[in-house]
Amino acid sequence: MVSQVRNSELLFSGSDWNFAKLARVYDEIEALGFEELGLDIYPVQMEVISSEQMLDAYSSVGMPLMYRHWSFGKRFLYNELLYRKGARGLAYELVINSNPCIVYLMEENTMALQALVTAHAALGHNHFFKNNHLFRQWTDAGGILSYLDFAKSYIARCEERHGLTAVEAILDSAHTLMEQGVFRYRRPPKLSSEQQREGLHERLEYEERSFNDLWRTLPPSGKSKPEATDETLAERKKSLKLPEENLLYFLEKNSLVLEPWQREIIRIVRIIAQYFYPQRQTQVMNEGCATFVHYTLMNMLFDRCRIGEGAMLEILRNHSNVVFQPAHDDPRYSGINPYALGLDMMQDIQRISTAPTAEDRDWFPDIAGRGDWRDTLLDAWANHRDESFVRQYLSPTLIRKWRLFMLADSADEPHYEVASIHNERGYAKIRSALAQSYDVGASRPDIQVIDVDLLGDRRLRLQHTVKNGIMLEGGSRDATLRHIRNLWGYEVSMVARDAETGAMLSERSTKEI
Amino acid sequence: MPIFIDRRLNPKDKSLGNRQRFLRRAREELKRSIRDKVQAGGIAELDREHAVPIPRKGTGEPTFGDDKESGRRQHILPGNRTFSSGDLIPKPGGGGGYGSAPGSAESDDNFRFVLSREEVLDLFFEDLELPDLVKLNLKQVLSFKPRRAGFAASGAPTNINVGRTMRNSHGRRIALRRPKQAELDAIARQIAELEAKPASALVRERLATLREALDRLERRRKRIAYVDPVDIRFNRFDPQPVPNVNAVMFCLMDVSGSMGEREKDLAKRFFVLLHLFLTRRYERTDIVFIRHTHEAKEVDEHTFFYHTESGGTVVSTALEEMHRIIEQRYPVAEWNIYAAQASDGDNFAGDSERCIELLDRKLMRLCQYFAYVEIIDERESHIFGATENGTSLWRAYNAVDGKWPNFQMRRIAAPADIYTVFRQLFARQPDLRKSA
Repeated sequence: MVSQVRNSELLFSGSDWNFAKLARVYDEIEALGFEELGLDIYPVQMEVISSEQMLDAYSSVGMPLMYRHWSFGKRFLYNELLYRKGARGLAYELVINSNPCIVYLMEENTMALQALVTAHAALGHNHFFKNNHLFRQWTDAGGILSYLDFAKSYIARCEERHGLTAVEAILDSAHTLMEQGVFRYRRPPKLSSEQQREGLHERLEYEERSFNDLWRTLPPSGKSKPEATDETLAERKKSLKLPEENLLYFLEKNSLVLEPWQREIIRIVRIIAQYFYPQRQTQVMNEGCATFVHYTLMNMLFDRCRIGEGAMLEILRNHSNVVFQPAHDDPRYSGINPYALGLDMMQDIQRISTAPTAEDRDWFPDIAGRGDWRDTLLDAWANHRDESFVRQYLSPTLIRKWRLFMLADSADEPHYEVASIHNERGYAKIRSALAQSYDVGASRPDIQVIDVDLLGDRRLRLQHTVKNGIMLEGGSRDATLRHIRNLWGYEVSMVARDAETGAMLSERSTKEI
Repeated sequence: MPIFIDRRLNPKDKSLGNRQRFLRRAREELKRSIRDKVQAGGIAELDREHAVPIPRKGTGEPTFGDDKESGRRQHILPGNRTFSSGDLIPKPGGGGGYGSAPGSAESDDNFRFVLSREEVLDLFFEDLELPDLVKLNLKQVLSFKPRRAGFAASGAPTNINVGRTMRNSHGRRIALRRPKQAELDAIARQIAELEAKPASALVRERLATLREALDRLERRRKRIAYVDPVDIRFNRFDPQPVPNVNAVMFCLMDVSGSMGEREKDLAKRFFVLLHLFLTRRYERTDIVFIRHTHEAKEVDEHTFFYHTESGGTVVSTALEEMHRIIEQRYPVAEWNIYAAQASDGDNFAGDSERCIELLDRKLMRLCQYFAYVEIIDERESHIFGATENGTSLWRAYNAVDGKWPNFQMRRIAAPADIYTVFRQLFARQPDLRKSA
């Protein structure tokens, strides 16, 4: 009798899942998430998919809709092979930053895993997407699906009208510049609504119809070529809003050879790159938040006897697989696991808040011993990205626990030097260096458009600001420059300038390639 | 409660379009892979799936990336056990980060993916349609198989259909009122009874009538046979034409010094194509390889394509060898015989006449089809392109060509020609049955 009562309290038993169980578990987890962690989420749409469909989703950068391109086909083959050979398992879930938040569940998962995934993705990631300032300001969760739908059909229409090869050429070139296709500092304009896009197309079509070649052949009015004084140079840069860090944006607006449909395709690539930019800056936080949420919620459910011991064991096993962090000399080591670091830092905040040591009080006077770890975490999730989160919250306790150390690596030395280890002198340096390594803006090559001589040879001039003497890899740089020339239509050159001294280190022009 | 959507039944091959685009993109490299495979493997192996390495050329996606060999960096790593500040650690050989560069240099060599049969063929024949369309135009050899087709009034005694015959006989006996044995027996019994009685005039008269009736009945019985020739029915067999399911393909090739790698490769492609075509058509396809210099030999496939031999060129030896093998192993009634000959056109002076004779007298009667491809230099192709003029073998075969509709000859200069030539060869529809 007693055991029956206990059983009826369990949310589920056995490993098979069905939609009724999923709904029951979701409702329970959601209620707990609101009540205990104060989460705030987009409505959830859960989609059950098979493993093949998961592979499909992988290859189209995880989006449910994507335009067609050969590189996705290539990626699909890689993923499929890895999966077939057993080298890599598939993710249990995939979550999309959209409103409603779409969560993919794999049909192969057991019920225990589905519960874990619900807590992880439908609550953890979902909360982060909705509340983190980067996502709030830089992405449009409500509009992304309809935009992708538009992008897909627009590119399909272009393929029909202009041929696969022409569209592919533009997409290839645009894809090489995806990293340089985001606004890092300036906030991007909102996605236009469907109506605006319609209007835009009507306008483009009108322009195409009413194009009159006659005007182009008019002789230039003034004979005197304006002298290239500093003043005109400054004027020109101002009118083109130079320097410009977003190369795709610049090319889309100012390229001399592109047709309107080609500009629109560049715009699509640029917008998708921009959409993913916050995700790249918040890997540790995003995964940490989701992992912290699922770990906390699952344990709460278990404490309240809502999950059986067998299911909990399965959940913990999967959890520990996810947060496994091998040491640097382990053959399995492949960088710092964002799940592990994120979870540890967030649990550390919980610890500092409730049971601080004297050291913690020194380092974190604001939060140590205040007991309000929920608010601290909610605040961190809302207002930080990886770089600032690590810079602010990585504690000496954690540095010791992870036994973090810093290697200085200079290319011209035959040795690495151990610069800092987990001791009093090293904490601050390790923390700052780790934070730095998560700064996407700083760790990616800084390349900007600095000038273009529209009246002369129309050469596009780029500048690579070299930090710490790190140059660009030659082969891929040349290949990428060629792509830029395709989009710009004229020669392109790039100078490498040292960030500190301002000395010119090298210059490369597409003429030489 | 969230919205649930079950997508498992949605179409799966969402990325098929991407796959096609990828294959198109990597076409050149994939083509090379397939070509290598074909050159290394057997003729019969083309017609199936193939695993090929993922092509890298033309499918790179360049971006601006850091040069690993320059500059100053700082790496943060977990799991320090023994290091303290200021320690120097020698860099592992070959440069690269200290384990911190996460698997950026993936070894792609192990990655092979499977191309479907259609994709392989498509690549191999350079995006031309496959010869399905040709199929119908191909004349086919008919062999005949007897098949039951009702009954006939005449035929061989072994084919008598007893049931049918007896049925006819029974009907006829009823119609003609053939006396039954029982009737005769009854009269005979009456006669015996009367004979046993004391003879009186009445009895004698009655006996006489009975004897007369018995005699009449017996005569009638003799006249109306129990089984008459008109009753007899035979099982009738119609010869039903059935397509032969066996085909043998003779590959004849000149391997003398004048045939270089290029020529052999082209020849091989042509053979592959013919074989492919035959395997689609016939249940069983044999291949016989005959190579010749000044003498001909039947050899295995590997020897055929890869062993070189020096010597003169006497084409007729190969034809003779082919004829001998047909006589020995491939009876014409059971086998569809196809022959494909590849040569650069050289022949021993005077031998061409002998070739004509061999073909004319013997081989063309046996062969379903004889295709001759002459592999010429690309530079020659525009010279010879359309003319009837050419090498000695070409001129000789021209005579055969005119005479036999199942003889075809073409020139090939480049791989791209092969399919078109093949198509030309098989496009004509000579309306001839096996004219033996």
